[in-house]
Amino acid sequence: MLITVFTLACIFLVLMTFLCLYRAYVGPTVADRVISINVISTKAIVIMVLVSIIYHKEYFLDIAIVYALIAFLATIGVAKYLQKGVLE
Amino acid sequence: MLLDAITLFILLCGLFFFMVGVVGLLRFPDVYTRLHATTKCDTLGLGLILFSLILFQGLTGPSIKLAIIIVFIWLSNPTAAHAIAKAAYSADIPMVKSTYIDQSKEEGISS
Repeated sequence: MLITVFTLACIFLVLMTFLCLYRAYVGPTVADRVISINVISTKAIVIMVLVSIIYHKEYFLDIAIVYALIAFLATIGVAKYLQKGVLE
Repeated sequence: MLLDAITLFILLCGLFFFMVGVVGLLRFPDVYTRLHATTKCDTLGLGLILFSLILFQGLTGPSIKLAIIIVFIWLSNPTAAHAIAKAAYSADIPMVKSTYIDQSKEEGISS
C-alpha cells in the first residue's frame, strides 16, 4: 500500500519540478536560476531514491550519490564564476 | 501497522516542506529570501523523506546508503547556499526595496 503512496509522491515531486522550471525561465538574475536548478537537482535525487525503492533496484542509490556530488560541484562552480568572473 | 502510519506521516511532512520551498521560490521578491526558503526545503524535505524510506526498509544495505545520502546532502547543501549568497552579494545583485539594514556594509566587510 505504501508503494502506491511512493508513486504518488514521485508524481507530486515532478509537478513541483515544473514549477521550479518556471522560476528558472523567468528569474530576473543569474542567482535565481542557480537556486532553482539547485532545488531541481535535490528533487531529482529524491525521485531517484523513490524509484529505487519502488522497483527494488539497488543501483539507483549509487546513481543518486554520484548525482548529489555532481550537483554540488556544479553549484560551487557557478557561484565561483559569478563571484570572480573567471574559473581558474 | 503503527510503523506504516509513522512512515506515511513523515513522508507527508517531507512533501509539505518541499511544497513550502517551491511556494517560497515562486513568491518571494528577492534572491536572498528565495535562498532562505529553498534551503529549508532541501534539508528538511529530503531528510524527512529519506528517513521515512529508512523506516520502511529496516536496517539493510540500502538504508545505509540512504543514510550516507542524507549526511552528504546535509553537509553540502548549506555550503552551496552560502556560496551562492556570497557570490550574489559580491556581484551587487540588489536586495528588495524594503531592506533597512545591511550589516556587512556597515562593518566594512569587503565581499
